[in-house]
Parts: sequence; C-alpha cells; structure tokens
Amino acid sequence: MTDFEPKIITFLCNWCSYGAADLAGVSRFQYPPNMRVVRVPCSGRISPKMILAALRKGADAVWVSGCHPGDCHYIEGNYYARRKFTLLKELLEYQGIEPGRLHFSWISSAEGVKFAQVANDVIAEVKKLGPAKHFIKKTPGEIAA
Amino acid sequence: MINYTENIRKISSDLLKSGKVDVVIGYKSGTLPGVNEPFLAKTPEDADKLVWDSQCRLNLANYLTHRKDKVGIVAKGCDSRNINTHIVERRISREQVTVIGVPCTGMTDKTRLKELAGGDILTLTEAGGKITVKTAKGEKTADKNDLLQDNCIRCLHRNPVINDIPAADPVPEVNTTRNNDAIEKIEAMSADERWAFFDDLLSGCTRCYACKNACPLCYCPTCFVDESRPQWVGKGDDPVDVRTYHTLRAFHCAGRCTDCGACEAACPMNIKVRLLTGKLEKSCYERFGWEAGMTSDVRPALDTFTTHDPEEFIK
Repeated sequence: MTDFEPKIITFLCNWCSYGAADLAGVSRFQYPPNMRVVRVPCSGRISPKMILAALRKGADAVWVSGCHPGDCHYIEGNYYARRKFTLLKELLEYQGIEPGRLHFSWISSAEGVKFAQVANDVIAEVKKLGPAKHFIKKTPGEIAA
Repeated sequence: MINYTENIRKISSDLLKSGKVDVVIGYKSGTLPGVNEPFLAKTPEDADKLVWDSQCRLNLANYLTHRKDKVGIVAKGCDSRNINTHIVERRISREQVTVIGVPCTGMTDKTRLKELAGGDILTLTEAGGKITVKTAKGEKTADKNDLLQDNCIRCLHRNPVINDIPAADPVPEVNTTRNNDAIEKIEAMSADERWAFFDDLLSGCTRCYACKNACPLCYCPTCFVDESRPQWVGKGDDPVDVRTYHTLRAFHCAGRCTDCGACEAACPMNIKVRLLTGKLEKSCYERFGWEAGMTSDVRPALDTFTTHDPEEFIK
C-alpha cells in the first residue's frame, strides 16, 4: 500500500483558496501532486451532485476549500456551503463512507503556508485509508471481468 | 372516523357553495380497499365523495404546487407542515389556501395490512380503533395501533400546525421522544456494515421514482435524474446509480422533510427510504435546532445560516 498515490478532487473557490494554491506555488511550498484542482466561483457553488460525481468516477477523496466565514466574495456563500457540507458529510458517513474521504477547509488567499499544510494533511490521511472502495461506478467492461 | 368524514364533507361543501374556494383537495375511496386516493372536489356534490379513515397515506400538499385558484385542502399534521413549507418556498400563497385541519391518529402501514390479511383484501372496515379486513379465506381484526406506519408511531405533531377550519377536536400527542431507534441502530454499525446495509436496503429499487412523485417537496421543473448535460446520475439499476439517486433525493429533502411517510407508502418494493431522510432530519435538529414546516415565515435549514453554525469538521 506504500506506493499508493491517491487521486484527490479538489474544489477551490476562485477568490481565496485558488489564490492560496497559487501563492503556495509561487512561494515554492512543497506538497505532493495528488490533487486535481477544479476552480469554482464560490464554495457555495458546490452541490452534493459534484462531490458524488467525483467519487463515482473513482476519486479517492474530495477536498473542498473556500474563504473564511465572513470573508466570502459573495458575502454569505460559504455560510450556506457550511450547512450543506455539515449535512452531506453526516449523510455520507452514515452510509458507510470513511470520514477521511471528505475534507473541507477555509483558506484565504494570503495563506499559502496553510494551503500546503492542509494539502499535505489531506494527502497523508487519504494515503493511510488506501484506495476508495465505495461509490465507484464500474463500466460494463469492468463488471464483466 | 365517520364523524370526521361527515365534518369534512360538510365543511368542503360549505366552502365550495360560498365560493370561498374553487376546489377542495381531499381523499376519496380508491379502487382497491385499504388505499384512498387523492381527489379534487370542484362542486358541492363532489364533496360527498370525500372520505377520511386510516388509509389516507399520501400527502395532499403535493397537489398544491403551481395552483392558481383558491384551494381548500384536507390536511393532517404532517400535510399541514408541508403546506407551511410550500408557503415559505412560495409554491402557493397563504391567502390562496384554506386548511381543513384533521387531527390525525396515524395511518395504517400497507405492508402490515397485507400481512394481517394474508391475501387480497376484499373489504376493509374501521370502527372504534379496530380494523377488520376480509379476504377470500376469512375475516381478521386487529388494533389499528398495531398496524401504524413507522413514521406515524414516531409522529410528534399529530394536530395540524395551520388549521383554518378544524374538522375535529385536537387529539392528544402520544409520542414525546425524538429518538429514532432504527437510525441509531445503523449509526452503531461499523462503516463497512453500514455500506452493506444500505446496499441491501436499496437492492430492490427499480428506479420507478414513486418516492419522488409522492413527495410534496419534489417540484423542480427538471429533476436531477433527468439532467443529461452533465448527467449526474445514470439511469439504469447499477447499484452506484441507485445509491446516488437515493442520496441526492434525500439530500434535496434535507431541512424540508416532515417525515410524512408518503415516500414509503408509495414504494412498490417496500424500501425504507425514510432511513435516509430521517438521518438528515435528525442532523438538522441536532446541528441547527431545525424542525421543518412549523411556521410559514422562517426559511428552511439549508436556505439560511447563522454565523456560529457548527464547523468542527472544517480545517
């Protein structure tokens, strides 16, 4: 399991966390390349549909990051997102998804260090869990095999 | 119960005669015994077809969406909370609706009725808290309280929360606890057991969508199951697609579900879909202190926020 490299779908809000990822890169903070970044206008844009779609297509984990509460570019988008994530996380864990498959964070565009640190934490946690077992949709070919 | 039916007929016919409403949404006897169907009474004569007994399982708030006329509606406790939800979500205005509130003592579970009968039910009669079913083989009687739907056993609001014209005096609330044993039992399992439990639970699903059609909360012009660009959920009976459908359907009801049980009553495969919506209802109460449909002026849980909502899981 040591050579397992997870694929983590990362949704970053345009105004804060995407900027933080940029800053982390410019500042040359190191973190492993296990993330596939999707830039979204706001963490409030994230629908459970998107998170489930990522898992269904084989992501080992999903990480959503947005602005700190109170700092949302759209004033209150992340407050709504916070409630949505609370319920979604509880619903998915209730159905048997491991807690380490879903990650949420608030990272401002000045927090390049925090970004690299959270990225390292998320990747380490998912590596420990191993490849995703649930919610992956197999293609007809895979089912036949 | 006979008394309830007479009152509902009288109130409805008066409302229709006076022109206060254009239509009364209620129940009439279905083509099969033990199943009442929704009925729109448009004339005072129609009102004589309205009935009330313990087989009015469907949620009539479902028929309020997009109505432009003045509507009278027969509502039990859960239906009345869904009417509130409809008003909050601007599916209908408060002025349009006249609620004929029916204090409810619970609805019978279709599966338990069938088990009691042990065959096709030919006639069903209800008197004094007892239900008698007649089949080709003979007659069987049981206490209505032993035949109730799971959600009715757990019901906390048997009396309508909005009630313009009461059809009867309020009934005492029986249940006082919010504990949901079925859900707590699942929560106590390990993650893998839970996954397997739900795989088994949903394995019978044929994706007929009866649960979403019976649900008063489902009124989007295009449902996510019909979206094709992008397609969020496949249409077949692949277990992952079925799981995705049920997860998203439940999530769409989060903070809005009143646990009326219409989904389970409509399910032809007897899938306990309330185990998913019930979890969200529980989470909403524990996390946000929210109970759906109690007033018509507060936005539902996912359409509002406070600055100090819990966020211990966010890094």
